[in-house]
Amino acid sequence: MTGADVLLLALGAVAVGSGVLVVATKHLVRAGLYLVLCLGALAGDYLVLTAELVAWVQVLIYVGAVVVLLLFAVMLTRAPIGASDDLDRPGWPAALIGAGTGLGLTALLVDAFRWSTVELPAAGTAEGIGEQVFRSWVLPFEVLSVLLLAALVGAVILSRPDIGRRPDTAPAQSRTEAIR
Amino acid sequence: MRPVIPYVTAALLFGLGVYGVLRRRNAVLVLMAVELMLNAVNLILVTADTTVRAVLPHSGQVFALFVIVLAAAEIGVGLAIVLQLYRLRASVTVDDVPLTEPSGDRAGSTGDVVAGSAGARAEAGR
Repeated sequence: MTGADVLLLALGAVAVGSGVLVVATKHLVRAGLYLVLCLGALAGDYLVLTAELVAWVQVLIYVGAVVVLLLFAVMLTRAPIGASDDLDRPGWPAALIGAGTGLGLTALLVDAFRWSTVELPAAGTAEGIGEQVFRSWVLPFEVLSVLLLAALVGAVILSRPDIGRRPDTAPAQSRTEAIR
Repeated sequence: MRPVIPYVTAALLFGLGVYGVLRRRNAVLVLMAVELMLNAVNLILVTADTTVRAVLPHSGQVFALFVIVLAAAEIGVGLAIVLQLYRLRASVTVDDVPLTEPSGDRAGSTGDVVAGSAGARAEAGR
């Protein structure tokens, strides 16, 4: 057990523990805040695994943007402040499938790697990652930018139902009536 | 560094995400559980980057970045859908969403989500 192992164990325990709380808590807002803890612990894991750029992007995008968006959604859907009892459906099949997936994957990975050690490679700094992205992965990068644009346009269209409405449907008639 | 530790962490997080998606009824909490699963995959990719010596260095980390971008796009569209659902139904319970196409006239039926959405809102707003 080296220092990196101890750090990985501690951060992994924090991540899994707060992950349990995310899927088990009765408070909507607390689920979002536990998600922050889980994602932050994972960013620490990435740092220990020498993925510097991924760790900071994780903090920037996940903790900074995604969780804030989720909390906005919690507020915009007028979630109750206190504990709410109707968040879950009866849980035996879900627990069975979830535990089966998690423990099955765990058994597979433990069997594959045992207690072996590897040397940590050179750190994934912004320079190294950027060189790879813009040398070997340029096409996927560009496709992803197109996908982000498509997601942006899709989100705008979804949240504006007056775009693309057919003229023969009821709301158009009601609108013309209102104008008259 | 023992790669089994982050691998097991990722496997457990993925299981938790599956459990959350199946268990939760609130759509926002379902999205949070999906984030857990995506992060488990990211951890697998980053750990594999340290354990596998590939021809291209840092491929796993590049893929993790791509997955983060995908997750951002997914959460944007997903929240737009959730908010639209809340506007229509005043609830974000995924159990109440009808999965079948409604039959008959579209303006008055309750199961109408897509075609009559603006109609329901216009009638509610009158």
